[in-house]
Amino acid sequence: MSATLIDNATAEQPRNDRNYLNADHTLKSWLLTVDHKRIGILYLIAVTIFFFIGAVAAAMIRYELTSPHGILLSSEVYNKTFSAHGIYMVFQFLVVAIPAVLGNFLIPLMIGARDMAFPRLNLLSWYMFMTGGLLITLSFILGGVDAGWTFYVPLSTLSETQISLCLVGIFITGFSSIFTAVNFIATIHKMRAPGMTWYRLPLYIWSHYSTAIVILLGTPVVAITLFLVVVERGFGFGIFSPELGGDPVLFQHLFWFYSHPAVYIMILPAFGVISEIITCFSRRPIFGYKFIAYSSLAIAFLGFLVWGHHMFLSSQSVLQGLIFSIITWILAVPSAIKVFNWTTTMYKGSIHFSTPMLYALGFMGLFLIGGLTGLHLASIDTDVHLTGTYFIVAHFHYVMVGGTIMGYLGGIHFWFPKMFGRTYSEMWGRISAMIVFVGFNLTFFPQFIVGYLGMPRRYHYYYFAPEWQFYHILSTAGSTVLGIGFLLPGIYLTYAIFKGKKAGPNPWGAKGLEWEQAGSPPITENFEKPVLVLEDPYNYNPEEDSKMYEHEVESADMLGGRK
Amino acid sequence: MGWGPFQYGVQPEAASAHAPYYDALFITITLLLLLFTVGTVAAIIYFVTKYRRGTKVDRKNVITHHTGLELIWMGVPLVLALGMFAWSARNFISVRTMPDPAESTEIFCIGKKWMWHFQHMNGVRENNELTVVVGQPVKITMISQDVLHALYLPEMRAQYHVVPGRYTDLQFTPTKPGKYKILCAMHCGTQHSEMVGQLYVLTPTEYAEWLEKGGNRYKTKPTTVAEAGKQIWEEKQCANCHTGVDNPRAPSLAGIFGKERVFTDGTKRKADRDYIRESIKMPHNMITKGYENTMPVYGGTITEPQVLALIEYIKTLTPSTGDFERQDIVNSIPGTNRDNSNVDVANQGQSAGNAQFRSAEDKR
Repeated sequence: MSATLIDNATAEQPRNDRNYLNADHTLKSWLLTVDHKRIGILYLIAVTIFFFIGAVAAAMIRYELTSPHGILLSSEVYNKTFSAHGIYMVFQFLVVAIPAVLGNFLIPLMIGARDMAFPRLNLLSWYMFMTGGLLITLSFILGGVDAGWTFYVPLSTLSETQISLCLVGIFITGFSSIFTAVNFIATIHKMRAPGMTWYRLPLYIWSHYSTAIVILLGTPVVAITLFLVVVERGFGFGIFSPELGGDPVLFQHLFWFYSHPAVYIMILPAFGVISEIITCFSRRPIFGYKFIAYSSLAIAFLGFLVWGHHMFLSSQSVLQGLIFSIITWILAVPSAIKVFNWTTTMYKGSIHFSTPMLYALGFMGLFLIGGLTGLHLASIDTDVHLTGTYFIVAHFHYVMVGGTIMGYLGGIHFWFPKMFGRTYSEMWGRISAMIVFVGFNLTFFPQFIVGYLGMPRRYHYYYFAPEWQFYHILSTAGSTVLGIGFLLPGIYLTYAIFKGKKAGPNPWGAKGLEWEQAGSPPITENFEKPVLVLEDPYNYNPEEDSKMYEHEVESADMLGGRK
Repeated sequence: MGWGPFQYGVQPEAASAHAPYYDALFITITLLLLLFTVGTVAAIIYFVTKYRRGTKVDRKNVITHHTGLELIWMGVPLVLALGMFAWSARNFISVRTMPDPAESTEIFCIGKKWMWHFQHMNGVRENNELTVVVGQPVKITMISQDVLHALYLPEMRAQYHVVPGRYTDLQFTPTKPGKYKILCAMHCGTQHSEMVGQLYVLTPTEYAEWLEKGGNRYKTKPTTVAEAGKQIWEEKQCANCHTGVDNPRAPSLAGIFGKERVFTDGTKRKADRDYIRESIKMPHNMITKGYENTMPVYGGTITEPQVLALIEYIKTLTPSTGDFERQDIVNSIPGTNRDNSNVDVANQGQSAGNAQFRSAEDKR
């Protein structure tokens, strides 16, 4: 975004070796840091641990389902296992992964700010997140939770498991999200560098801005709702249980009023990541900047008006169902706009298949299937047979894993040199991106079929329909491949943090303040010199692109020779 | 199809009047999905191949916006979306319109952890089984006794939540006789995945036969006179008092045939056919020593062929049969709960069914 293109090979690195990582080495300097970059790294460590717990639970579920009669677990433990999978993955990973790790790290860098608007609030939100996560973990150590991540009443109010403790944990995690959102909105509004107008913002910022609005409006509702469940359990207030004069369907309305927009909290930041990656590796400006930017806002707005599509069969009236259905159909349009614009961005580009680009291309394919199978469920009639089955499980995993996690991994691989100042092995990066893609499809595609055949979700046994076993075995085989695909980056990226070759400030030759005006890794204050923005974003020129990126050169060296 | 796991196909059986309409919509949406996915992926593959770095192609005059193009790819999906919505709405309204009570079978359903009770209007009650006639619209009125459940009949493409504290309903018209699944599609606690049952769609003749048997499909046609007697023994619930061994209420009948009986007035008589017949029809005539005159008089309610059969069955009794017989019937069929008499032994059947399943599990 500076006035001139910095040539990759001669990019200036502030070689004074001072950066945010080596500014101080004590544990205290990390745990009491108010540097948005260090907080991003703290989040990275935390979400990786929570992801691992969720993934182990997923592996147990998949192993258990290879037999129609179950294998190891009792039904009680099985229910606690899928509840743990859902709770950790949704509340402790998907909702926070991209905003809290990449968002925290990159938003000030991308808009030319020295830090977030409220650095101490930022640190507090990490501590709230950890407190929530520890309470949730404690609830599982003390016996677990068996009501699933949705906590539908009266199951959750009658259950004798550690529901209350777990809900308090989620409540606290929710407030961590709210603090992060407040920080993002204030930072984006007030901290932009001179010249960084709204239409010069990277689309990544637009996505995070939309996400923050959704978090801010939605999360308080679910936090209070879950708190009311705790109140009902603890003091017998009749809010949701019919015996006490409450209404169980009311809970679903309140829960989905947040939890449907939460889907957009998870996917919108991934959209932002994909916009950055596609432009960088197509070496050309994005197609339809304003349409992509406003489609994020449209999704954030319409996302609040469709919660009832989770409740077509809940006893809401036919008219209510139809209204929620038609808005859901319309919501498909802004999502489609993005995919079409990204595709067109590649037209007349100069496309390079680096690791982040492979994740972005994978994202587009999987998000198409995930989004379009959403139409089977938006369609109020077809939803009748599919809701509550593995079809839904497959659909939202295509969106959440195929969308959010592909976006997250793509983003981590793209900004890794910026975050740690080192390069990773491109070869291993590409291999594992392809393993993730293959493993993912093998895991979740069979679930569409077995769901259409009628397999309800959250079933421990299916001895009454042994013919479904084939699809479950395929899915479990796929999840093993997927597990390897997730484990590999864990290994080679950790190796690269300590042993990787030093990266220059702009190893991809990318546009954007974080690449062009900050070091790798950046200094604590982010920029050596005051930042002035004079250009539109994504000012790439596909005709000037012939050199190998520094990133590839260095990782090729690491493998013992240039290509 | 027809090979290995694919012999079952990738589509569930369609056995209700609505199912073909459902599948048509499902397949259309799937085709739209394929059209968009294949189209977009083809464009992506074309672009990444043609414009991959290093190819000698024209990269001049890159366009960054084109409002016309944007409007086309917003407009076309929007029109398609509204069209599909209209189709789906019409289907949904028809499926949620309950049939005329005069032309349909009304059934009540109670969901509870973890079983389904069905109550027919004619008094027959079923547990985890539902029997209906082909071609006749069925309306089920449902309520839950505890937590949320969802009655899910995949082959009928029918599902609706079963909510505590309010009645909900569901309708379908079965079109194909057969045995189908009843599932619970709403997580309801520990044994959620065992809250399953069978939907029997019978032809009118089969249905009449089933009704004749009092709604008990497990009652078999007896092959011997003694077996016929056993069914009467169970129907009249003789074993409520006449257990395998003597008890304060009544003497055991095991092995009494041909033995000498002593009565309260001190007289004796050999227990032959005549004695047993008289004791059934007019029990107060001879009260066995040590017992009260408590047995009901069956004189007017039992036929001679029934008495004959009963006597033949009593001859086969041993101390290990008798009262244990009833329990055995409940347990005799593994997996699900089998008591279809009008007596509520649901909980008994439930635990028996689970015990059977667990023991099968242990054996593995």
